[in-house]
Amino acid sequence: MSEAILEVGGLSVDIATPRGALHAVRDISFSVKSGETLCLVGESGCGKSMTSLAIMDLLPKAATRTARRLAFAGEDLGKASRKRVNTLRGDRMAMIFQEPMTALNPAYTIGNQLVEAYRQHRSASEAEARERAVYLLGKVGIASAAQRLGQYPHQLSGGLRQRVMIAMALMCGPDLLIADEPTTALDVTIQAQILRLLADLQRELGIAMVLITHDLGIVARIADRVAVMYAGQIVEEGPTASLFANPRHPYTQGLIDCIPVPGRTVPGGKLGVIPGVVPSLIGEIRGCSFRDRCSHARDICAATVPVKETEDGHQWRCILENAV
Amino acid sequence: MIGYILKRLGLALLVALAVSAITFFLLRLSGDVALAIAGEGAQKEDLDLIRKTYGLDRPLVVQYVDWLWQTLQGNFGTSLYFKTDVSRLVLDKLPTTIILGFTALGFALLISIPLGVLAAVYANSWIDRLALAIAVVGQALPNFFFALILVMVFSITLRWLPVSGSGTWLHFIMPTIALGYYVAPAFMRLIRAGMIEVLSADYIRTARAKGLPTHKVIFKHALRNAVVPVVALTAVQLGFLLGGSVVIETIFALDGLGYLAYQSITYKDFPVMQIIVLLLSILYVLLTLASDIANAWLDPRIRVA
Repeated sequence: MSEAILEVGGLSVDIATPRGALHAVRDISFSVKSGETLCLVGESGCGKSMTSLAIMDLLPKAATRTARRLAFAGEDLGKASRKRVNTLRGDRMAMIFQEPMTALNPAYTIGNQLVEAYRQHRSASEAEARERAVYLLGKVGIASAAQRLGQYPHQLSGGLRQRVMIAMALMCGPDLLIADEPTTALDVTIQAQILRLLADLQRELGIAMVLITHDLGIVARIADRVAVMYAGQIVEEGPTASLFANPRHPYTQGLIDCIPVPGRTVPGGKLGVIPGVVPSLIGEIRGCSFRDRCSHARDICAATVPVKETEDGHQWRCILENAV
Repeated sequence: MIGYILKRLGLALLVALAVSAITFFLLRLSGDVALAIAGEGAQKEDLDLIRKTYGLDRPLVVQYVDWLWQTLQGNFGTSLYFKTDVSRLVLDKLPTTIILGFTALGFALLISIPLGVLAAVYANSWIDRLALAIAVVGQALPNFFFALILVMVFSITLRWLPVSGSGTWLHFIMPTIALGYYVAPAFMRLIRAGMIEVLSADYIRTARAKGLPTHKVIFKHALRNAVVPVVALTAVQLGFLLGGSVVIETIFALDGLGYLAYQSITYKDFPVMQIIVLLLSILYVLLTLASDIANAWLDPRIRVA
């Protein structure tokens, strides 16, 4: 196995709110090896997006990041200067956002926005940069790419804009690509296309990818490893096959039960639901944050819950050995 | 786009026509032209003679149509006070006012854009509050008072600048500052508000994710989008500048259209007043049109339909 391109150790993100600090991300650790796809899954508000923004140093002003270790290709990002982070961002680590409709600047052409990062990081000429942009637009499946360069974002559909965003992220040939729910805002038919495109590009270019999603169906198909987040913590992490075959944490089990399976799920029948709601993340949180919704909850769940691990690197944060 | 411009020009023509009619009748309500010509204490026979000579005994509507017809032919009449051709008089003064208008606008943008951007980037810090203080003072201080303070400091105490007149470019410095500072706060607040909104936009995060340096994020990606409403405001502010120039030019005896307007009001110089009001209103309408076109050009969503 190759070395880790991204190491995250004890990452926390706190957001200042009028009612006190909101612990959006609580002491999470994971790592991504080069060429590997890690999927971060969890429901809305569990801290997935905050995690990705924290890695890219793009958190909003009200949020503060703390980490024992946050390293990219062995380099400590926590100690890096803003200038150094800027030279890595867009060059060796790139990001795709949730909202293709607003993520592009309406005042500039697609071409202008594609070439600027390339020209920023490589001392390339305008012509070289445009050539690379045309090549990548073709690669992400955009027809008549050369003409697209002169168009403005408002002239493109959501699916096309997300393809442009992907091409833009790939301009400098990054080692790490973070995709924060890249298909949530798109039509269902387009979603599948974009995800297949991302998975193909990831495999072809050998990029490490962190894909953030709440769609477990996608995860099963394209992830090497999966990390399940709940209330700001990673409650279970492991190789995709192992995690789906043998989910250890009751929350993971609950999520998997929510996916309809052709042949097994009765048409018109009820899908699984997880009762209750996510707890408030403001103030101090003790014990297992899932215990209010968990059918296996016991008194000891209110105390600090140990993290267990198997030999193949499957970890979970629960008092149980197995959710089933 | 061409059709749109033509439609707007037609509308501008109608506005000018309406303004000309309103000013014509309002001015006639404000005083007796014959009395203004003859002077105070004139005999009734003299006044009657003047009315007959100038056609003032005809119905007001007939007089208006006659005036409009003459004006459309470029015959603006003769000044009652200066005894010269009105068109000559106005054309002589116009450049001074236009120069003052643009230097004041330039000065206003020169201080309001950097201050507005700084206030937005460092929102709620002491920089923001300082910018706010500068804006509040500019807005609260009457421009004639600020002009007098400038005169006291730079002409009387320091003796750097001439008090009044319009001979050299030095004469334009204080009027420019006084008039520019008067319109700057509106620009500043608009730029600050626009920048704060734009800076939290998704595409700014995209630009930062690309690793662009901060100055590029702010000036290329943010300011370009925040500046669009400013263009629309510019036309409105130019209107204020034209109005403000009457006061400022009078204080500094800057020999422009504003000063001429003041003089023509003082001397009840009806033909001059009439033309100045008409000219300023046409200028205002044209500026609004220009700003609409500039706006359309700045926003590709309007330009590239």
